[in-house]
Amino acid sequence: MLEWRRRREPSKAMLYLSPLIAVGLTMLTGMLVFGAIGYDGLRAVTAIFITPLVEPQRWADLGVKAAPLIMIALGLAIGFRANVWNIGAEGQYVMGAIAGTGVALLTHDMTGWWILPAMALAGIIGGAAWAALPALLKVRLQVSEILTSLMLTYVAVQFLYYLVRGPWKDPDGFNFPQTRMFSASQTLPAVAEGSLVHLGVPLAVLLALIAWFVMAKTVAGYAVRVVGRAPAAARHGGFDANRVTWAALLAGGGLAGLAGLFEAAGPFGQLTPQFPVGYGFTAIIVAFLGRLSPPGIVFGALVLAVTYVGGEIAQSTVRLPSAATGMFQALLLFFLLATDVLVRYRLAWKTRPARSAP
Amino acid sequence: MTAAILVSIFMTLAAAATPILLAALGELVTEKAGVLNLGVEGMMLCGAVAGFAVAYSTGSVPLGLLAATLAGVAAAMIFALLTLGLGSNQVAMGLALTIFGIGASSLIGAGFVGRTITRLGPLFPADYAAHPWLRLVVGHDAIVYLSLALVLAVSLFLRRTKAGLILRAVGENADSAHAIGYRVLAIRTAATAFGGALAGLGGAYFSLALTPMWADRLTAGRGWIALALVVFAAWKPGRLLIGAYLFGAVATFELQAKAAGLSFIAPEVLAMTPYLATIVVLTMMSLGRRTGGRDAPACLGKPFPAP
Amino acid sequence: MSAIITRRTLLAGTAASAALPLVGARAQAPFGVGFVYVGPVGDHGWTWTHDQGRKAVEAAYGNKVKTSFIENVAEGPDAARAIRQLAQAGDQLIFTTSFGFMNPTIQVAKQFPKIKFEHATGYQRAENVATYNARFYEGRAVIGTIAGHMSKSGQAGYIASFPIPEVVMGINAFHLAAKKVNPNFKTKVIWASTWYDPAKEADAAKALIDQGCDVITQHTDSAAALQAAEQRGVFAFGQASDMKAFAPKAHLSAIVDDWSGYYVKRVKEAMDGTWKSGDVWGGIKDGMVKLAPYNDAVTPAARAAADEVQKGIVAGTLHPFTGELKDQKGTLRLKAGETASDEILSKMDWYVDGVQA
Repeated sequence: MLEWRRRREPSKAMLYLSPLIAVGLTMLTGMLVFGAIGYDGLRAVTAIFITPLVEPQRWADLGVKAAPLIMIALGLAIGFRANVWNIGAEGQYVMGAIAGTGVALLTHDMTGWWILPAMALAGIIGGAAWAALPALLKVRLQVSEILTSLMLTYVAVQFLYYLVRGPWKDPDGFNFPQTRMFSASQTLPAVAEGSLVHLGVPLAVLLALIAWFVMAKTVAGYAVRVVGRAPAAARHGGFDANRVTWAALLAGGGLAGLAGLFEAAGPFGQLTPQFPVGYGFTAIIVAFLGRLSPPGIVFGALVLAVTYVGGEIAQSTVRLPSAATGMFQALLLFFLLATDVLVRYRLAWKTRPARSAP
Repeated sequence: MTAAILVSIFMTLAAAATPILLAALGELVTEKAGVLNLGVEGMMLCGAVAGFAVAYSTGSVPLGLLAATLAGVAAAMIFALLTLGLGSNQVAMGLALTIFGIGASSLIGAGFVGRTITRLGPLFPADYAAHPWLRLVVGHDAIVYLSLALVLAVSLFLRRTKAGLILRAVGENADSAHAIGYRVLAIRTAATAFGGALAGLGGAYFSLALTPMWADRLTAGRGWIALALVVFAAWKPGRLLIGAYLFGAVATFELQAKAAGLSFIAPEVLAMTPYLATIVVLTMMSLGRRTGGRDAPACLGKPFPAP
Repeated sequence: MSAIITRRTLLAGTAASAALPLVGARAQAPFGVGFVYVGPVGDHGWTWTHDQGRKAVEAAYGNKVKTSFIENVAEGPDAARAIRQLAQAGDQLIFTTSFGFMNPTIQVAKQFPKIKFEHATGYQRAENVATYNARFYEGRAVIGTIAGHMSKSGQAGYIASFPIPEVVMGINAFHLAAKKVNPNFKTKVIWASTWYDPAKEADAAKALIDQGCDVITQHTDSAAALQAAEQRGVFAFGQASDMKAFAPKAHLSAIVDDWSGYYVKRVKEAMDGTWKSGDVWGGIKDGMVKLAPYNDAVTPAARAAADEVQKGIVAGTLHPFTGELKDQKGTLRLKAGETASDEILSKMDWYVDGVQA
C-alpha cells in the first residue's frame, strides 16, 4: 500500500514539477470527460492548451490577458506571504480605474504627456485607498481583512455602475451606460505601431522582476516573510506586524489599482458596466498557482490566459461550449492546488508496522 | 397601501429571503467549525441544476429537492477533499469551486433550457393557503417552514448540545480541540457537508419554487449575499433570520416603491447597502469585543494542522 | 464632442483603407461565417434567437458554408479577441450580436479589410462593417394594442432594464398603442437595472401586479416575469421568442426575433460578392419581427385590432409614432400627422404622457 509521508524539507523539484503534473492531469481528465460526453476530447484539449502557444498570432492575446493578472497577483502574493488575506483586489482594481478615469474626464479637452502618468498615479492611489480601509480596520480593530476587502469589492462595483449610468455617462452616447472614449493622450500606447500589446504588458513583467528582487533580496521582503511565517519571532526581531499589514494591503491595492487603470486606458479605452471581468478574483488563483513567487505568478497568469484564449479556439473549432472552458479552468485549479501536497509530502510504500502481541 | 398589498409583499419577501437564509445558515455552520468556503454561489448553482434536472425528469419536486441537497454536498466534498484533506488554501479553493459550479451547472443544464415544471406549491391545503390574511402564516411552501425550523435547530444545536460545543471548539481553537482528542478534520468535513447541503437546497429553491426553470447563472449572485449575511449576523442564527428577511424586505419594498412610481434612492446605492452594513456590523462587533462581545470564529480559514 | 469626432475620424480612416471584397478566391472551400454572442446559446433569449439564425444559414447552404460561434463573450477587449480569432480562423463574414461589441468590431474590421462584418444594434459603420437591427417597437405596438383590449384595470406593468433608446422607444410604442384603445391607460415601468436576474424579474412582476397591473410585459431576458404572471392569474407577453411553455394561460403573445432571413440573405450576398455595407433596420414587414400565435384568451376584438395594427405597419399606413405627440413634460415632440424619423427613434430619451417611469 502507498501512504503519504511528510517531507523533512519542502521539495524544490516538486515545487516546479507539480504545476506541470497538474496541467498534465487536467488535460488527461478533460480529454476523458469531454470524450465521454461526445466531443472530440483530444482536439478539445489541443485547442485549449496547445494552439494558443504554437500560433504566434495568439501570443499578443496571451500577453494582454496575462498582464493585469500578473500585476494584481504580485501585490496579493506579498500580502499572502505576510498572512494578510486581501481578497478584494477586484474592488481595488475597479477603484483604480475609476480614479484614473476621473482624471481622464477632467482632462478630456487637454493634451500633454503628463496626462497618462497623472491617470496612473490616480489609479495607484485609488486602489491603495480602497485597500486602506481594510488595513485600518485590521490594524486598529482586528477586523478580518478577508471579509472587509470582499465586501468593499461589491461596493466598488456598484459605485462604478452608478457613475457610468449617472454622472459620468457619455453626453454624446445616446444614454448608453458608458463614459466617453479616452483621447489619444489618455490612452496607453502600444509597444509597437499596430501591435495589440500595450505598454502595460512589458511593465507587468518588469514589476514581476522588481517584486522578485524586493522579496528575495531586501530587508523589507524579509520582514514580510518573517511576519507571515512566525509572527512571534518577528516581534522579537523588531519587525512591526502592523506596518507589514499596512504595507501589504497598500501594495496590493496600489498594484491592483494600476492594473485597473491600465486596462481602462489600454484595451477598454473607456469605462463601461462590463469593466469588472473578475481579474481580481482570478489573480488570487494565479497567486496560488505561482506558489506566491513572482516568477511563478508570471507562469500562472500565462496558464490562465492560455485557457481563456484556448477556450475560444475550442469553441469555434470543436464547438465546445463556453461552460466547458470554465470546467477546464476549475479542473486545472483543483489539480494545481491538490498537487501542492507533493511539495510537502511524498508517496511511499507503507512499511508494515511491527506487531506486538496483544 | 391596502392590507392585501401588505400581505402580498410579505409573501414575496419571505420567498426572496428563504434561499439566502438557507445558504447562509449552512455557511454559518461551516464557518463556526473554522472553515471558510467562498464557493456558496457555485454550490447553489449545482443544487439548482440538479434539483431541476431530477424534478423535470421524474416529475417529483421532493426528489428534486433531495437531489439538490446531495449535489450541494458533493460540491462541498470536492472543497473538503482539497482543503481539509490536502491542505490547499481555502480562499483559492472556494473561488475555484464557484468557477466549477458555474461551468458544471451550465453543461448539465444545457438540455433543460426552455423547459418548466409545476412549481413547489403551498404546504397547506388551498382553502387555508389562499385565505386573504391567514396565508401570512399558512400560505408558504414547505421550504419556507423548513428554513425557519432549521434556524431554530441550528441555534439550539450550537448553543445547547455537546456536539455543537465541540463544533465551536474546533472553530475557535483547533489545536486544543485536537489535544483533547476530537477529530478536527472529520468535524470540519461534516460541517462543510452541511453547508453544501443547505446551499444546494437554497439553489434549488430558485429552480423549483421561485422561477421554475433552468437558465445559466440562475441564482445571479445570491451566494455572495449569503456570505455577507453570515458576517452581518455575527455568526448568530437568530440574527441571520432577521438579516435575511431584512434583505428580502429592502429588495421587495424597492420594487414596490418603483411600481408605485416612487424612486427615492439610486438602485446602485441600495445594492451596495448589504455590504456596507456588513462592514459596519463587523466594526461595531470589534468595538464591542473590548467590552466582552464576541467575534468571528478564531480559526476561520486557517488550515489544520498548521503547515 | 470629442467622442463623436474620434468615431468619425475612425470611420473616415477605415473607409480609406478598405479593400475590394474577396470574390471567388476560395470557390471550393466552404464559406466561413462566424458569430460572436454575448450570452450562452442556451439563454432562450437574445443569443438563442441569433443562434437560430446561424442554424438557418447552415440549413440553407449545407456544406457550402461552415459556421462557427463563440458564446459568452464579455463586452470589451475580450470581444475584440474573439472576433479576431474568428477572422484569423478564416471566416469571411462575421456577425457580432451585441451593442457592446461595436468598438471591438470596428477595431478588428480595420485590421481585416477583406473580411466583412455585421454588427447588431450599433451605429458605427465602415466599408466592411454593416449594421442591422430590428424594429422591435413595431412588435411592441401590436402587444400594446392587445394589452389595451385585455386589461381590465387599464394598467400595464413594464419591467425594463436600462433607459437606453431601444428600451425607451419600446415603452413608448407599447403605451401609445394601448392608449389608442383605452385613453386612460397607464403603463407603470420598473427599472430592474439588470438584463438578467430571474428572481428579481419575478419579484418586479409581483410588485406591479400588487399595484393593480393586470398585464405584464418586459424588456429583460428571462421568462420569470411570465411565470409570476401565470401564478397570479394575470396576462403577460413573451420576449425574444415564443415563451408559451412557461406560462400557457398568461402568455397572450410574444415578440419573436427572427434573424434567419437576414442572415441567409447576407451570407448569400457575401458569397456572390454583392455584399455592401449599410444599415438595415427591419421590422414586421421584413419578417425580422414576428408575433407569436395569440392565446385562446385573446378576445376577437383584440385579435382584430392587433391584426389591423400589423397590417397597417406592413402596408406603411400606420407608424407607431405618429403626431401629435407630447412627452410627459408637455413638450411637443411630433407635430400632428408627423411620424418619427429613425434619427428621432434612435436617440429617444423621453417618455410619452401616461408612462410612469
